[in-house]
Amino acid sequence: MDSVWTLLSFGPKGWSDDIAYGVLVTISLALATLPIGLVIGFFVAVAKQSSEPSLRMAGNVYTTIFRGLPELLTLFVVFYGGQIAVGQIIRFFSPGTVVEINSFVAGMIALGVVFSSYCSEVFLSAFRAIPAGQYEGGYAIGLSKGQTMRLVVLPQLIRIALPGLANLWLNLLKDTALVSAIGLPDTLRQAGIAARVTKEAFLFFGVACLVFLVLAMISSVGIHAIERKVGSSGVTR
Amino acid sequence: MSVAENLASQVERPPELRRQWTRGRILGHALVGLWILLGIGLVTYLFGAWNPALFERYLPLYWSGLQVTLALVGASMVIGALLSVPIAYARMSSNRLLNSLAYAYVYFFRGTPLLAQTFLVYYGLGSFRAELDAVGLWTFFRDAWYCGVFAFSLNTAAYQAEILRGAIESVPRGQWEGAESLGLHRLQTMWKVILPQAMIVALRPYGNEFILMVKASAIVAIITVYDLMGETRRAYAQTFDFQTYIWAGLIYLSIVEALRHFVDWVERRITVHLKR
Repeated sequence: MDSVWTLLSFGPKGWSDDIAYGVLVTISLALATLPIGLVIGFFVAVAKQSSEPSLRMAGNVYTTIFRGLPELLTLFVVFYGGQIAVGQIIRFFSPGTVVEINSFVAGMIALGVVFSSYCSEVFLSAFRAIPAGQYEGGYAIGLSKGQTMRLVVLPQLIRIALPGLANLWLNLLKDTALVSAIGLPDTLRQAGIAARVTKEAFLFFGVACLVFLVLAMISSVGIHAIERKVGSSGVTR
Repeated sequence: MSVAENLASQVERPPELRRQWTRGRILGHALVGLWILLGIGLVTYLFGAWNPALFERYLPLYWSGLQVTLALVGASMVIGALLSVPIAYARMSSNRLLNSLAYAYVYFFRGTPLLAQTFLVYYGLGSFRAELDAVGLWTFFRDAWYCGVFAFSLNTAAYQAEILRGAIESVPRGQWEGAESLGLHRLQTMWKVILPQAMIVALRPYGNEFILMVKASAIVAIITVYDLMGETRRAYAQTFDFQTYIWAGLIYLSIVEALRHFVDWVERRITVHLKR
Protein backbone atom coordinates (compact mmCIF):
# COMPACT_ATOMS: atom_id res chain seq x y z
CA MET A 1 0.00 0.00 0.00
CA ASP A 2 1.47 3.29 -1.05
CA SER A 3 1.13 6.33 1.13
CA VAL A 4 -1.12 9.22 0.19
CA TRP A 5 1.87 11.36 -0.76
CA THR A 6 3.26 8.72 -3.12
CA LEU A 7 -0.12 8.49 -4.80
CA LEU A 8 -0.29 12.25 -5.20
CA SER A 9 3.28 12.65 -6.44
CA PHE A 10 4.33 13.23 -10.03
CA GLY A 11 6.45 10.08 -10.13
CA PRO A 12 5.71 6.76 -11.85
CA LYS A 13 3.56 5.64 -8.91
CA GLY A 14 1.88 9.01 -8.48
CA TRP A 15 -1.17 10.30 -10.25
CA SER A 16 -0.59 14.03 -10.21
CA ASP A 17 0.74 14.11 -13.77
CA ASP A 18 -2.40 12.34 -15.05
CA ILE A 19 -4.67 14.66 -13.12
CA ALA A 20 -2.69 17.70 -14.29
CA TYR A 21 -3.32 16.57 -17.86
CA GLY A 22 -7.02 16.34 -17.02
CA VAL A 23 -6.97 19.86 -15.60
CA LEU A 24 -5.40 21.04 -18.84
CA VAL A 25 -8.21 19.40 -20.83
CA THR A 26 -10.84 20.97 -18.54
CA ILE A 27 -9.35 24.44 -18.89
CA SER A 28 -8.87 24.24 -22.64
CA LEU A 29 -12.41 22.95 -23.16
CA ALA A 30 -13.84 25.81 -21.10
CA LEU A 31 -11.65 28.38 -22.86
CA ALA A 32 -12.52 26.99 -26.30
CA THR A 33 -16.25 27.05 -25.52
CA LEU A 34 -16.27 30.59 -24.13
CA PRO A 35 -15.81 32.60 -27.39
CA ILE A 36 -18.31 30.45 -29.32
CA GLY A 37 -20.88 30.83 -26.58
CA LEU A 38 -20.32 34.56 -26.23
CA VAL A 39 -20.62 35.26 -29.97
CA ILE A 40 -23.73 33.11 -30.51
CA GLY A 41 -25.25 34.44 -27.30
CA PHE A 42 -24.68 38.02 -28.40
CA PHE A 43 -26.34 37.52 -31.77
CA VAL A 44 -29.27 35.66 -30.22
CA ALA A 45 -29.70 38.57 -27.80
CA VAL A 46 -29.61 41.06 -30.70
CA ALA A 47 -32.33 39.01 -32.40
CA LYS A 48 -34.41 38.87 -29.23
CA GLN A 49 -34.38 42.63 -28.66
CA SER A 50 -35.06 43.54 -32.30
CA SER A 51 -38.33 45.16 -33.34
CA GLU A 52 -38.91 42.42 -35.91
CA PRO A 53 -41.29 39.80 -34.43
CA SER A 54 -40.00 36.91 -36.52
CA LEU A 55 -36.40 37.50 -35.34
CA ARG A 56 -37.57 37.65 -31.72
CA MET A 57 -39.44 34.40 -32.15
CA ALA A 58 -36.46 32.62 -33.71
CA GLY A 59 -34.27 33.73 -30.80
CA ASN A 60 -36.81 32.70 -28.18
CA VAL A 61 -37.17 29.22 -29.66
CA TYR A 62 -33.38 28.80 -29.46
CA THR A 63 -33.25 29.77 -25.77
CA THR A 64 -36.29 27.74 -24.82
CA ILE A 65 -34.88 24.56 -26.32
CA PHE A 66 -31.33 24.75 -25.05
CA ARG A 67 -32.18 26.09 -21.62
CA GLY A 68 -34.86 23.44 -21.16
CA LEU A 69 -32.84 20.37 -22.04
CA PRO A 70 -30.53 18.85 -19.42
CA GLU A 71 -26.89 19.59 -20.29
CA LEU A 72 -26.05 15.89 -20.15
CA LEU A 73 -28.80 15.06 -22.63
CA THR A 74 -27.67 17.82 -25.01
CA LEU A 75 -24.18 16.39 -24.79
CA PHE A 76 -25.36 12.86 -25.62
CA VAL A 77 -27.59 14.09 -28.44
CA VAL A 78 -24.71 16.02 -29.98
CA PHE A 79 -22.26 13.14 -29.47
CA TYR A 80 -24.38 10.20 -30.68
CA GLY A 81 -26.68 12.17 -33.00
CA GLY A 82 -23.71 13.94 -34.55
CA GLN A 83 -22.02 10.60 -35.06
CA ILE A 84 -25.07 9.22 -36.88
CA ALA A 85 -25.67 12.36 -38.95
CA VAL A 86 -22.05 12.87 -40.01
CA GLY A 87 -21.73 9.12 -40.61
CA GLN A 88 -24.69 9.11 -42.97
CA ILE A 89 -23.41 12.08 -44.92
CA ILE A 90 -19.96 10.58 -45.30
CA ARG A 91 -21.26 7.10 -46.14
CA PHE A 92 -23.24 8.74 -48.93
CA PHE A 93 -19.95 9.65 -50.59
CA SER A 94 -17.72 6.78 -49.54
CA PRO A 95 -19.59 3.76 -48.20
CA GLY A 96 -18.03 1.64 -45.51
CA THR A 97 -16.20 4.32 -43.53
CA VAL A 98 -16.61 4.34 -39.78
CA VAL A 99 -17.02 7.78 -38.25
CA GLU A 100 -16.22 8.75 -34.73
CA ILE A 101 -16.89 12.24 -33.48
CA ASN A 102 -14.18 13.79 -31.39
CA SER A 103 -15.52 14.03 -27.84
CA PHE A 104 -13.74 17.36 -27.35
CA VAL A 105 -15.60 18.87 -30.32
CA ALA A 106 -18.90 17.34 -29.19
CA GLY A 107 -18.36 18.79 -25.71
CA MET A 108 -17.48 22.16 -27.18
CA ILE A 109 -20.64 22.27 -29.33
CA ALA A 110 -22.97 21.05 -26.59
CA LEU A 111 -21.58 23.31 -23.87
CA GLY A 112 -21.41 26.16 -26.39
CA VAL A 113 -25.10 26.08 -27.26
CA VAL A 114 -26.10 25.75 -23.60
CA PHE A 115 -23.77 28.58 -22.59
CA SER A 116 -24.97 30.78 -25.45
CA SER A 117 -28.63 30.40 -24.55
CA TYR A 118 -27.97 31.53 -20.97
CA CYS A 119 -25.60 34.17 -22.27
CA SER A 120 -28.27 35.62 -24.56
CA GLU A 121 -30.49 36.23 -21.52
CA VAL A 122 -27.70 38.12 -19.76
CA PHE A 123 -27.03 40.22 -22.85
CA LEU A 124 -30.75 40.80 -23.35
CA SER A 125 -31.21 42.28 -19.88
CA ALA A 126 -28.10 44.38 -20.44
CA PHE A 127 -29.57 45.65 -23.73
CA ARG A 128 -32.71 46.67 -21.87
CA ALA A 129 -30.64 48.65 -19.37
CA ILE A 130 -29.27 50.87 -22.15
CA PRO A 131 -31.59 53.81 -22.80
CA ALA A 132 -32.89 54.45 -26.33
CA GLY A 133 -31.22 57.85 -26.22
CA GLN A 134 -27.85 56.18 -26.65
CA TYR A 135 -28.90 54.76 -30.03
CA GLU A 136 -30.59 58.02 -31.04
CA GLY A 137 -27.51 59.99 -30.05
CA GLY A 138 -25.37 57.70 -32.16
CA TYR A 139 -27.62 58.11 -35.19
CA ALA A 140 -27.84 61.87 -34.62
CA ILE A 141 -24.08 62.34 -34.99
CA GLY A 142 -24.20 60.34 -38.21
CA LEU A 143 -23.02 56.91 -37.11
CA SER A 144 -24.38 53.93 -39.01
CA LYS A 145 -26.30 51.16 -37.26
CA GLY A 146 -23.23 48.96 -37.04
CA GLN A 147 -21.02 51.78 -35.81
CA THR A 148 -23.54 52.79 -33.14
CA MET A 149 -23.66 49.19 -31.93
CA ARG A 150 -19.88 48.79 -31.93
CA LEU A 151 -18.77 52.19 -30.63
CA VAL A 152 -21.61 53.35 -28.41
CA VAL A 153 -23.70 50.44 -27.21
CA LEU A 154 -21.23 47.55 -26.94
CA PRO A 155 -18.79 49.19 -24.48
CA GLN A 156 -21.65 49.94 -22.10
CA LEU A 157 -23.25 46.56 -22.70
CA ILE A 158 -20.16 44.63 -21.66
CA ARG A 159 -19.86 46.65 -18.47
CA ILE A 160 -23.45 45.91 -17.48
CA ALA A 161 -23.34 42.27 -18.54
CA LEU A 162 -20.02 41.46 -16.87
CA PRO A 163 -21.30 40.21 -13.47
CA GLY A 164 -23.81 37.92 -15.21
CA LEU A 165 -21.20 36.64 -17.63
CA ALA A 166 -18.82 35.96 -14.75
CA ASN A 167 -21.46 33.74 -13.18
CA LEU A 168 -21.96 31.90 -16.45
CA TRP A 169 -18.23 31.32 -16.78
CA LEU A 170 -18.16 29.67 -13.34
CA ASN A 171 -21.11 27.51 -14.41
CA LEU A 172 -19.35 26.59 -17.65
CA LEU A 173 -16.27 25.53 -15.72
CA LYS A 174 -18.40 23.18 -13.63
CA ASP A 175 -20.36 21.90 -16.62
CA THR A 176 -17.17 20.75 -18.32
CA ALA A 177 -17.14 17.90 -15.78
CA LEU A 178 -20.02 16.35 -17.74
CA VAL A 179 -17.79 15.54 -20.73
CA SER A 180 -16.17 12.83 -18.63
CA ALA A 181 -19.36 10.87 -19.40
CA ILE A 182 -18.52 10.74 -23.11
CA GLY A 183 -14.96 9.69 -22.51
CA LEU A 184 -12.96 12.89 -22.69
CA PRO A 185 -10.05 12.59 -20.23
CA ASP A 186 -10.87 15.68 -18.19
CA THR A 187 -10.13 16.24 -14.51
CA LEU A 188 -13.00 14.16 -13.23
CA ARG A 189 -12.37 11.22 -15.56
CA GLN A 190 -8.67 11.11 -14.75
CA ALA A 191 -9.52 11.23 -11.04
CA GLY A 192 -11.99 8.40 -11.63
CA ILE A 193 -9.32 6.26 -13.31
CA ALA A 194 -6.91 6.94 -10.47
CA ALA A 195 -9.65 6.06 -7.98
CA ARG A 196 -10.41 2.77 -9.69
CA VAL A 197 -6.77 1.71 -9.95
CA THR A 198 -5.67 2.70 -6.46
CA LYS A 199 -8.98 2.04 -4.66
CA GLU A 200 -8.64 5.45 -3.00
CA ALA A 201 -11.87 6.90 -4.37
CA PHE A 202 -12.47 9.47 -1.65
CA LEU A 203 -8.96 10.86 -1.96
CA PHE A 204 -9.03 11.29 -5.72
CA PHE A 205 -12.57 12.60 -6.08
CA GLY A 206 -11.74 14.95 -3.21
CA VAL A 207 -8.72 16.12 -5.21
CA ALA A 208 -10.96 16.64 -8.26
CA CYS A 209 -13.33 18.77 -6.19
CA LEU A 210 -10.41 20.79 -4.87
CA VAL A 211 -9.14 21.33 -8.41
CA PHE A 212 -12.50 22.78 -9.42
CA LEU A 213 -12.57 24.94 -6.29
CA VAL A 214 -9.11 26.30 -7.08
CA LEU A 215 -10.12 26.99 -10.68
CA ALA A 216 -13.19 28.87 -9.40
CA MET A 217 -11.01 30.92 -7.03
CA ILE A 218 -8.52 31.78 -9.78
CA SER A 219 -11.44 32.79 -12.00
CA SER A 220 -12.85 35.04 -9.29
CA VAL A 221 -9.51 36.82 -9.01
CA GLY A 222 -9.34 37.20 -12.79
CA ILE A 223 -12.92 38.46 -12.98
CA HIS A 224 -12.23 41.05 -10.28
CA ALA A 225 -9.22 42.25 -12.26
CA ILE A 226 -11.30 42.59 -15.44
CA GLU A 227 -14.07 44.38 -13.56
CA ARG A 228 -11.60 46.86 -12.15
CA LYS A 229 -10.14 47.39 -15.59
CA VAL A 230 -13.43 48.20 -17.31
CA GLY A 231 -14.59 50.16 -14.28
CA SER A 232 -17.65 48.02 -13.80
CA SER A 233 -17.78 48.64 -10.08
CA GLY A 234 -17.60 52.39 -10.62
CA VAL A 235 -20.78 52.52 -12.67
CA THR A 236 -23.82 53.00 -10.49
CA ARG A 237 -26.87 53.25 -12.62
CA MET B 1 -71.51 70.18 -37.46
CA SER B 2 -68.87 72.46 -36.02
CA VAL B 3 -66.07 73.89 -38.05
CA ALA B 4 -63.41 72.06 -36.06
CA GLU B 5 -64.97 68.62 -36.65
CA ASN B 6 -65.35 69.41 -40.30
CA LEU B 7 -61.69 70.30 -40.55
CA ALA B 8 -60.56 67.23 -38.62
CA SER B 9 -62.25 64.86 -41.01
CA GLN B 10 -60.66 66.56 -43.99
CA VAL B 11 -57.08 66.52 -42.72
CA GLU B 12 -54.80 64.92 -45.23
CA ARG B 13 -52.43 62.44 -43.67
CA PRO B 14 -49.39 60.97 -45.32
CA PRO B 15 -50.07 57.44 -46.54
CA GLU B 16 -49.34 54.62 -44.06
CA LEU B 17 -45.85 53.28 -44.55
CA ARG B 18 -45.86 49.77 -45.91
CA ARG B 19 -43.78 47.37 -43.80
CA GLN B 20 -40.76 46.86 -45.93
CA TRP B 21 -38.74 43.72 -46.44
CA THR B 22 -35.71 44.91 -44.55
CA ARG B 23 -32.68 42.66 -44.12
CA GLY B 24 -33.72 41.92 -40.54
CA ARG B 25 -37.20 40.88 -41.58
CA ILE B 26 -35.91 38.56 -44.31
CA LEU B 27 -33.40 37.02 -41.91
CA GLY B 28 -36.06 36.63 -39.24
CA HIS B 29 -38.44 34.87 -41.60
CA ALA B 30 -35.63 32.66 -42.86
CA LEU B 31 -34.70 31.65 -39.31
CA VAL B 32 -38.29 30.96 -38.29
CA GLY B 33 -38.63 28.95 -41.49
CA LEU B 34 -35.53 27.01 -40.50
CA TRP B 35 -37.00 26.21 -37.08
CA ILE B 36 -40.26 25.13 -38.71
CA LEU B 37 -38.34 22.92 -41.14
CA LEU B 38 -36.41 21.39 -38.25
CA GLY B 39 -39.68 20.79 -36.41
CA ILE B 40 -41.23 19.14 -39.45
CA GLY B 41 -38.07 17.10 -39.91
CA LEU B 42 -38.28 15.93 -36.30
CA VAL B 43 -41.94 14.96 -36.62
CA THR B 44 -41.37 13.08 -39.89
CA TYR B 45 -38.36 11.35 -38.35
CA LEU B 46 -40.39 10.25 -35.33
CA PHE B 47 -43.26 9.24 -37.62
CA GLY B 48 -40.96 7.24 -39.89
CA ALA B 49 -39.21 5.63 -36.95
CA TRP B 50 -42.52 4.71 -35.33
CA ASN B 51 -42.12 1.26 -33.86
CA PRO B 52 -44.94 -0.17 -31.72
CA ALA B 53 -42.74 -2.93 -30.32
CA LEU B 54 -40.30 -0.34 -29.05
CA PHE B 55 -43.05 1.60 -27.34
CA GLU B 56 -44.57 -1.46 -25.77
CA ARG B 57 -41.22 -2.40 -24.37
CA TYR B 58 -39.90 0.97 -23.21
CA LEU B 59 -42.93 3.12 -22.41
CA PRO B 60 -43.39 1.54 -18.94
CA LEU B 61 -39.66 1.86 -18.33
CA TYR B 62 -39.68 5.55 -19.28
CA TRP B 63 -42.68 6.06 -17.00
CA SER B 64 -40.88 4.48 -14.05
CA GLY B 65 -37.79 6.52 -14.94
CA LEU B 66 -39.84 9.69 -14.88
CA GLN B 67 -41.20 8.77 -11.48
CA VAL B 68 -37.67 8.13 -10.18
CA THR B 69 -36.54 11.52 -11.52
CA LEU B 70 -39.45 13.39 -9.96
CA ALA B 71 -39.12 11.53 -6.64
CA LEU B 72 -35.40 12.26 -6.54
CA VAL B 73 -35.85 15.96 -7.28
CA GLY B 74 -38.81 16.28 -4.91
CA ALA B 75 -37.02 14.56 -2.03
CA SER B 76 -33.81 16.56 -2.56
CA MET B 77 -35.67 19.86 -2.79
CA VAL B 78 -37.57 19.24 0.46
CA ILE B 79 -34.53 17.99 2.40
CA GLY B 80 -32.47 20.83 0.93
CA ALA B 81 -35.08 23.37 2.00
CA LEU B 82 -34.98 22.03 5.57
CA LEU B 83 -31.16 22.08 5.62
CA SER B 84 -31.01 25.54 4.09
CA VAL B 85 -32.72 27.20 7.08
CA PRO B 86 -29.89 26.65 9.61
CA ILE B 87 -27.29 27.41 6.91
CA ALA B 88 -28.95 30.69 5.99
CA TYR B 89 -29.26 31.51 9.71
CA ALA B 90 -25.56 30.84 10.19
CA ARG B 91 -24.70 32.92 7.09
CA MET B 92 -26.57 35.90 8.55
CA SER B 93 -25.38 35.51 12.13
CA SER B 94 -22.79 37.90 13.55
CA ASN B 95 -20.85 34.99 15.07
CA ARG B 96 -17.61 34.89 13.06
CA LEU B 97 -17.08 31.13 13.40
CA LEU B 98 -20.65 30.22 12.45
CA ASN B 99 -20.60 32.66 9.57
CA SER B 100 -17.36 31.40 8.07
CA LEU B 101 -18.41 27.76 8.46
CA ALA B 102 -21.60 28.42 6.54
CA TYR B 103 -19.68 30.45 3.97
CA ALA B 104 -17.24 27.57 3.43
CA TYR B 105 -20.13 25.11 3.03
CA VAL B 106 -21.87 27.27 0.46
CA TYR B 107 -18.62 28.02 -1.37
CA PHE B 108 -17.69 24.35 -1.61
CA PHE B 109 -21.05 23.19 -2.94
CA ARG B 110 -21.43 26.08 -5.36
CA GLY B 111 -17.84 25.95 -6.53
CA THR B 112 -17.57 22.28 -7.47
CA PRO B 113 -19.51 20.33 -10.12
CA LEU B 114 -22.52 18.40 -8.88
CA LEU B 115 -21.20 15.38 -10.77
CA ALA B 116 -17.95 15.46 -8.78
CA GLN B 117 -19.92 15.76 -5.53
CA THR B 118 -22.09 12.82 -6.51
CA PHE B 119 -19.01 10.73 -7.30
CA LEU B 120 -17.46 11.77 -4.01
CA VAL B 121 -20.50 10.45 -2.16
CA TYR B 122 -21.20 7.34 -4.22
CA TYR B 123 -17.68 6.07 -4.92
CA GLY B 124 -15.73 8.07 -2.36
CA LEU B 125 -17.63 7.07 0.75
CA GLY B 126 -17.01 3.44 -0.24
CA SER B 127 -13.46 4.02 1.05
CA PHE B 128 -14.92 4.21 4.54
CA ARG B 129 -16.91 1.06 4.28
CA ALA B 130 -15.67 -0.41 7.57
CA GLU B 131 -16.44 2.75 9.50
CA LEU B 132 -19.85 3.17 7.88
CA ASP B 133 -20.63 -0.47 8.55
CA ALA B 134 -19.79 0.06 12.20
CA VAL B 135 -22.36 2.84 12.55
CA GLY B 136 -24.88 1.02 10.39
CA LEU B 137 -24.96 3.56 7.58
CA TRP B 138 -23.45 1.33 4.92
CA THR B 139 -26.82 0.08 3.66
CA PHE B 140 -27.75 3.71 3.06
CA PHE B 141 -24.61 4.66 1.14
CA ARG B 142 -24.48 1.41 -0.82
CA ASP B 143 -27.62 2.36 -2.72
CA ALA B 144 -27.11 4.68 -5.68
CA TRP B 145 -30.52 6.31 -5.28
CA TYR B 146 -29.87 7.27 -1.65
CA CYS B 147 -26.43 8.56 -2.58
CA GLY B 148 -28.01 10.69 -5.30
CA VAL B 149 -30.56 12.14 -2.89
CA PHE B 150 -27.82 12.75 -0.31
CA ALA B 151 -25.53 14.60 -2.74
CA PHE B 152 -28.36 16.55 -4.36
CA SER B 153 -29.81 17.60 -1.00
CA LEU B 154 -26.48 18.92 0.25
CA ASN B 155 -25.94 20.72 -3.05
CA THR B 156 -29.35 22.34 -3.29
CA ALA B 157 -29.21 23.26 0.41
CA ALA B 158 -26.26 25.52 -0.37
CA TYR B 159 -28.09 27.22 -3.24
CA GLN B 160 -31.36 27.49 -1.33
CA ALA B 161 -29.58 28.97 1.68
CA GLU B 162 -28.27 31.75 -0.55
CA ILE B 163 -31.74 32.31 -2.04
CA LEU B 164 -33.28 32.47 1.42
CA ARG B 165 -30.59 34.82 2.72
CA GLY B 166 -30.90 37.12 -0.29
CA ALA B 167 -34.68 37.23 0.02
CA ILE B 168 -34.64 37.94 3.77
CA GLU B 169 -31.99 40.62 3.37
CA SER B 170 -34.03 42.24 0.59
CA VAL B 171 -36.73 43.15 3.13
CA PRO B 172 -35.99 46.67 4.39
CA ARG B 173 -34.74 47.17 7.96
CA GLY B 174 -37.74 49.34 8.72
CA GLN B 175 -39.96 46.26 8.60
CA TRP B 176 -37.98 44.72 11.48
CA GLU B 177 -38.05 47.96 13.43
CA GLY B 178 -41.75 48.48 12.83
CA ALA B 179 -42.55 44.99 14.04
CA GLU B 180 -40.33 45.48 17.09
CA SER B 181 -42.08 48.70 17.98
CA LEU B 182 -45.38 46.84 17.85
CA GLY B 183 -43.93 44.47 20.44
CA LEU B 184 -43.70 41.42 18.19
CA HIS B 185 -41.31 38.67 19.17
CA ARG B 186 -38.39 38.04 16.77
CA LEU B 187 -39.86 34.73 15.61
CA GLN B 188 -43.26 36.32 15.14
CA THR B 189 -41.67 39.12 13.15
CA MET B 190 -39.89 36.61 10.97
CA TRP B 191 -42.96 34.47 10.41
CA LYS B 192 -45.64 37.13 10.03
CA VAL B 193 -43.82 40.15 8.63
CA ILE B 194 -40.53 39.27 6.97
CA LEU B 195 -41.10 35.87 5.37
CA PRO B 196 -44.31 36.76 3.50
CA GLN B 197 -42.47 39.63 1.82
CA ALA B 198 -39.27 37.64 1.33
CA MET B 199 -41.09 34.74 -0.29
CA ILE B 200 -42.37 36.98 -3.08
CA VAL B 201 -38.76 37.86 -3.90
CA ALA B 202 -37.65 34.25 -3.48
CA LEU B 203 -40.33 32.63 -5.62
CA ARG B 204 -38.56 33.08 -8.94
CA PRO B 205 -35.12 31.91 -7.72
CA TYR B 206 -36.77 28.90 -6.04
CA GLY B 207 -38.54 28.08 -9.30
CA ASN B 208 -35.25 28.37 -11.17
CA GLU B 209 -33.52 26.16 -8.64
CA PHE B 210 -36.25 23.54 -9.08
CA ILE B 211 -35.82 23.63 -12.85
CA LEU B 212 -32.04 23.40 -12.51
CA MET B 213 -32.46 20.38 -10.23
CA VAL B 214 -34.74 18.64 -12.73
CA LYS B 215 -32.10 19.18 -15.40
CA ALA B 216 -29.19 18.27 -13.15
CA SER B 217 -30.92 15.10 -11.95
CA ALA B 218 -30.01 13.55 -15.31
CA ILE B 219 -26.49 12.99 -14.02
CA VAL B 220 -27.56 10.31 -11.54
CA ALA B 221 -27.82 8.11 -14.62
CA ILE B 222 -24.02 8.00 -14.54
CA ILE B 223 -24.03 6.43 -11.06
CA THR B 224 -26.41 3.71 -12.31
CA VAL B 225 -29.72 5.11 -11.07
CA TYR B 226 -32.41 4.29 -13.61
CA ASP B 227 -34.09 7.66 -13.76
CA LEU B 228 -35.48 9.06 -17.02
CA MET B 229 -31.97 9.62 -18.36
CA GLY B 230 -30.81 6.22 -17.12
CA GLU B 231 -33.70 4.46 -18.83
CA THR B 232 -32.93 6.41 -21.99
CA ARG B 233 -29.30 5.37 -21.92
CA ARG B 234 -30.30 1.75 -21.38
CA ALA B 235 -32.85 1.87 -24.19
CA TYR B 236 -30.28 3.39 -26.56
CA ALA B 237 -27.63 0.86 -25.59
CA GLN B 238 -30.06 -1.99 -26.31
CA THR B 239 -31.65 -0.73 -29.54
CA PHE B 240 -29.24 1.83 -31.02
CA ASP B 241 -32.39 3.71 -31.97
CA PHE B 242 -31.73 7.43 -31.73
CA GLN B 243 -35.38 8.29 -31.15
CA THR B 244 -34.94 7.15 -27.54
CA TYR B 245 -32.93 10.33 -26.89
CA ILE B 246 -35.40 12.48 -28.81
CA TRP B 247 -38.31 11.28 -26.67
CA ALA B 248 -36.34 11.89 -23.49
CA GLY B 249 -35.54 15.40 -24.70
CA LEU B 250 -39.20 16.09 -25.41
CA ILE B 251 -40.20 14.85 -21.95
CA TYR B 252 -37.57 16.95 -20.16
CA LEU B 253 -38.44 19.99 -22.24
CA SER B 254 -42.13 19.73 -21.46
CA ILE B 255 -41.47 19.31 -17.71
CA VAL B 256 -39.23 22.37 -17.66
CA GLU B 257 -41.63 24.47 -19.72
CA ALA B 258 -44.60 23.45 -17.56
CA LEU B 259 -42.67 24.39 -14.42
CA ARG B 260 -41.61 27.72 -15.89
CA HIS B 261 -45.14 28.67 -16.82
CA PHE B 262 -46.40 27.51 -13.44
CA VAL B 263 -43.92 29.78 -11.66
CA ASP B 264 -44.93 32.69 -13.92
CA TRP B 265 -48.58 32.06 -13.11
CA VAL B 266 -47.98 31.87 -9.34
CA GLU B 267 -45.94 35.05 -9.47
CA ARG B 268 -48.70 36.88 -11.30
CA ARG B 269 -51.19 35.65 -8.71
CA ILE B 270 -49.26 36.63 -5.59
CA THR B 271 -48.12 40.03 -6.81
CA VAL B 272 -51.59 41.27 -7.73
CA HIS B 273 -51.56 43.67 -4.75
CA LEU B 274 -48.30 45.25 -5.98
CA LYS B 275 -49.60 46.13 -9.45
CA ARG B 276 -50.87 49.63 -10.05
